[in-house]
Amino acid sequence: MSDTTTPRFGRRAGNALLTLISPRGAVFLLLAVLLVFIAILNPDFAEPGQFIRFVQRVAPIAIVAIGQYFVIVSGEFDLSMGSVIAAQVVIAGNLIGQDDSKSVPVLLLMIGFGILVGLVNGLVTTLLRVPSFIVTLGMMLALLGGVYYVTGGSASENPADGFREIGRGGIRDVPVVDIIPWAVIILAVALAAAIVISKSPFGKSLIAVGDNVTTQRYSGVRVWWVKTVAFIISSLSSTIAGVLLVGYAGVHPSVGRGYEFIAITAVVLGGVVLGGGRGWVVAAVAGAFTLEALFTLLNFADVPSTWRSTIQGIIIIAAVAYSAVAFRARRKGPTPSASLESGKEPELAGVPADAAHTPGPGQRQQITNGG
Amino acid sequence: MSTATARPKRRIRLDSTVIVYLALIVVIIIGAILVNTAGRNFFSLGSIRGILTGMSVLGLVAVGQTLVILAGSLDLSVPYVISLASLLAAETMRGNPNNMAQGVLLALAFAAVAGLANGLVVTKLKVHGFIATLGVGLIIKGYLDTNYQGSAGKVPAAFQFIGATGLGPVPISTIIMLALATLVYLFLKKTRTGHHIYAVGGSLEVSRLSGLRTARPIIVAHVICSVMAGLAGLLLASRLGVGSPTVGSQGGYDLLSIAAVVLGGTILAGGRGSIWGTIGGVAIFAVLDSVMSAIQFNPFLKDVVRGVVIVAAVAIYTGRRVERRRARFATKETAR
Repeated sequence: MSDTTTPRFGRRAGNALLTLISPRGAVFLLLAVLLVFIAILNPDFAEPGQFIRFVQRVAPIAIVAIGQYFVIVSGEFDLSMGSVIAAQVVIAGNLIGQDDSKSVPVLLLMIGFGILVGLVNGLVTTLLRVPSFIVTLGMMLALLGGVYYVTGGSASENPADGFREIGRGGIRDVPVVDIIPWAVIILAVALAAAIVISKSPFGKSLIAVGDNVTTQRYSGVRVWWVKTVAFIISSLSSTIAGVLLVGYAGVHPSVGRGYEFIAITAVVLGGVVLGGGRGWVVAAVAGAFTLEALFTLLNFADVPSTWRSTIQGIIIIAAVAYSAVAFRARRKGPTPSASLESGKEPELAGVPADAAHTPGPGQRQQITNGG
Repeated sequence: MSTATARPKRRIRLDSTVIVYLALIVVIIIGAILVNTAGRNFFSLGSIRGILTGMSVLGLVAVGQTLVILAGSLDLSVPYVISLASLLAAETMRGNPNNMAQGVLLALAFAAVAGLANGLVVTKLKVHGFIATLGVGLIIKGYLDTNYQGSAGKVPAAFQFIGATGLGPVPISTIIMLALATLVYLFLKKTRTGHHIYAVGGSLEVSRLSGLRTARPIIVAHVICSVMAGLAGLLLASRLGVGSPTVGSQGGYDLLSIAAVVLGGTILAGGRGSIWGTIGGVAIFAVLDSVMSAIQFNPFLKDVVRGVVIVAAVAIYTGRRVERRRARFATKETAR
């Protein structure tokens, strides 16, 4: 499945089984197992109509996971996603009102707002060299404070039904599945776009920047711009998720709460390494599906929903521990596990003091690299 | 915001802790002016007591968080440790003063186990601190959600006394917090493990190659951090009179304590920073809160101000070209 992503994998592929038990493939195996279990517990789930509903339910989570993927793979964090969703939901609710004709202008405004948030996150992270954890935490506090200030903390009127259709409706009267929700189509488009982006030169430098920012700076990559674009992609993906969630959930300042952590969980489940440099966007999306499938399975298995967090906690620790162990095992082999295009230098010992703050290959423990 | 005065003299190397306290003084001056224009007295006893009380809980958590961040990890599980510690204590005490010691010990033992779990997951399973502590926190959250619907237990009046009284304007809780901060400061300064925490946070690889057992300082940092969170839970139980399953997460102590640590000049990547800087950061938050309450600022917009202050402060620290490394092989920076 990942045979074509890098030449290194091409060499060692051939053995698909190996890929399936490797960290980037394990999530697909886990997802398949979970889906089979759900189908056994509840055979209706395997019906195409039911399954497409499941995909619709995952769509916002999967979309934020795509955005978070780009930020994490570049070595940063985006904690502002949930609050961007809340802000966008409130913007849509308050500005569109019952007037369908305002949908398009407000949608454009929301996109503009999303770009602005990403731009601020990215520029403060890269140019002012504030760790992204802090920048996006500040952004989260500021946006949530603003949202609660505007709404007074209570639910407000839903926007026009035409706008909510994006999250709720779809193409009706389709054979086999009955309805193809817009959310599913949007997810497919977003995923396709994400794959294209990650294969483009930009996507490759993004991963390379996450792996080793110093070598990329020396090889002429505009690090600040690459990372800023990642933040913009992230807040745009929150915007899309917000548009979808207005359809399901209506307008309330708590919509989107916790999405940043759900997105990070999904991305990490997909074998993407915190600290950057390694990971595959499709696996991140599979991580989102796995998480939701897990919750669905618990639901069908009559596990009280209050235990959800516990299971989520165990799963993410297990997933990351597994990939850490697997990466370590692979590192002992002859090939370095980092991507080839990063052009690894032997050590960072000789870099100027200015750059000493950035992470070297051996410092995966680091939270952030401060630009 | 604050360092404009310190900037022109580039030759003078200011310790980041000094900058934090300069910032604190600036915040106090601006705050006092604002509060006075609103017709109130910033330096009244009630106001000072309010600020010091506001510092105590966040201070306890942030001191622990400082250790973990210095060691190159971080702790997102604190809100749930706080909540469960408060519940365990209140349920064990059940209003009976004779059970106080048991309740306190049980809560702290639980906190220590949670910290040990965090530390072991980070060091032995090689899981990133963010994920490890998020995971442990979620595990505890699931337990809380399943077993507690609302506040439970009751602490005896004698225990409530701790959270309610003070020496003059200084609450007992703040004194306890500052005493523990001093202990942790001495631990970092005087003990081998304390030095190793800095080393491991500075570079795990270099520490390992220098022959350190890198796991131990990280585990110790996590255990101390969780125990501090447990103490914060006890303090909250003492204030509320009951244990509450949401007291930690409502306070947002995970992200706020990290923000306070970073505001105090500690570097998020680990290895550099100080306890007193963190206390300064906590004090800045408490003063901001007090000022905004006194001028009746919209409570929702408080978060906006907090967010902007955090980012602005860190931008100022990282923008400066000062020596951010600790002085080595010397007791004072003047030895340079």
